[in-house]
Amino acid sequence: MDFDLILRVYPYFLEAALVTIQLAVLSIILGLACGALGAYARLSRWASLRFAGATYVSVIRGTPALIQLFILYFGGPQIGIQLDAFEAGVIGLGVNIGAYMTETIRGAIIAVDKGQIEASRTLGMGGWQTMRYVILPQAARLMIRPLGVNINAQIKGTALVAAISVVELTYTAQRYIGSTYKPFEMFFLAGIIYMVIIYITGLGINWLDRRAQIK
Amino acid sequence: MTNEQPFIDVRHAQKSYGTLEVLKDISLQVSKGQIVAIIGPSGSGKSTLLRAINDLDPLTGGEIWLEDKQVNKDLPHRQYEKHINKVRQEIGMVFQHFNLFPHLTVRENITLAPKMLKGISDKDADKLAEEQLAKVGMSERIDYYPSQLSGGQKQRVAIARALAMKPKVMLFDEATSALDPELVEEVNLVMKALAEEHMTMIIVTHEMGFAESVCDRVLFMDEGVVVEEGPPEIIFKNPKNERTQNFLRKHLNG
Ligand SMILES: Nc1ncnc2c1ncn2[C@@H]1O[C@H](COP(=O)(O)OP(=O)(O)OP(=O)(O)O)[C@@H](O)[C@H]1O
Ligand SMILES: [Mg+2]
Repeated sequence: MDFDLILRVYPYFLEAALVTIQLAVLSIILGLACGALGAYARLSRWASLRFAGATYVSVIRGTPALIQLFILYFGGPQIGIQLDAFEAGVIGLGVNIGAYMTETIRGAIIAVDKGQIEASRTLGMGGWQTMRYVILPQAARLMIRPLGVNINAQIKGTALVAAISVVELTYTAQRYIGSTYKPFEMFFLAGIIYMVIIYITGLGINWLDRRAQIK
Repeated sequence: MTNEQPFIDVRHAQKSYGTLEVLKDISLQVSKGQIVAIIGPSGSGKSTLLRAINDLDPLTGGEIWLEDKQVNKDLPHRQYEKHINKVRQEIGMVFQHFNLFPHLTVRENITLAPKMLKGISDKDADKLAEEQLAKVGMSERIDYYPSQLSGGQKQRVAIARALAMKPKVMLFDEATSALDPELVEEVNLVMKALAEEHMTMIIVTHEMGFAESVCDRVLFMDEGVVVEEGPPEIIFKNPKNERTQNFLRKHLNG
């Protein structure tokens, strides 16, 4: 393995890693918003909202994320959506992970013991008050770990946007292979950086999870 | 038994799950301050009847009245919610599995609903919590979390939580059957104290001795009907119906 080469190029990779992190953070925030809305829709009293939520989830989970990105980035202009590659990446990845997060959030909400709803409603609390003060605080604790799994998947998923030429970590590795002809070193370096990002994120999620647990 | 207007009036309650008829035309009047026990074999519909009284399990036929208000009204969603949330504040309910809010302390469990629904100040809420906890002998645990309490303590807090809404009626669904035997008495004592204050109560129970000692009236239910009802000394000592006799033979000796 050519360590000299790695030492020479790694600063550029770190720069690219910043783009990866930006992509991940922004798309995860968007994903959480989509997930919250999606869960709200899927648990709604209104059949049409439930249907919309279910459709969102099954369409997104039923098609490759890469195709979704291509439709948005290459197909978008045809229907009047002009996005640069980074924007398309954030939106495409965010809407994608949002479908998985919808199911995570919904799952955590319905996992809260039904007796909790009954106790709250019996006291005279309304549906929304019950959700806000009884169910969500408990569901939030239940969803930290599974959301962590979604987040982990999303960090790795950012590599997809190399296919629409966003200059992030994977794209950068590919570019350096073009000039160095050392694919092993380049992908190895990118892999290590992904691992570090994921490891640190994992620590953060574990910390949150421990802090949130009920005494 | 009395000339008083019924406080709780269950009129021809009927409930089906699909083709399964769980309550078959049950009527029941409870007057103010009366304590009624509901006994009967598993699956006879005791919980269903109790939970119909605050519309937690809505009836498919019949009416529930609390004083001059009908509980199970057919209203558009928003109006129904407004109506039922008001009515439920007057009906306390205690569950077999306590259903305390695990993310809140004992104090917060008790003050959550009064704060949300009655808009009382933090100071008054604290006072309320202290009062109610003193009543159930749980004052020292005010800042504990439910997971730090024994089953009997949890149930006493659950009772205090219900009482904090100042309900007119208390419903108990097997409040002691999830408890270890040695913890049953402390909860029974709290219920007895309520009885002495003439709280109107409907108590679903498997404990015949308790029912006999605190209740004014006992209903024996089987397969969705009230088979027999009367004062405890009649029902327990001299039941007329054969089904009642068989049930009691099993439960008094076993
Ligand atoms: N959600 C439901 N769907 C279908 N059937 C139900 C439902 N809830 C209750 N039942 C049925 O209704 C009948 C009465 O149930 P209920 O819980 O009222 O009995 P119970 O007298 O309280 O029994 P236990 O002593 O075991 O608590 C049972 O046959 C039960 O299987
Ligand atoms: Mg029951």
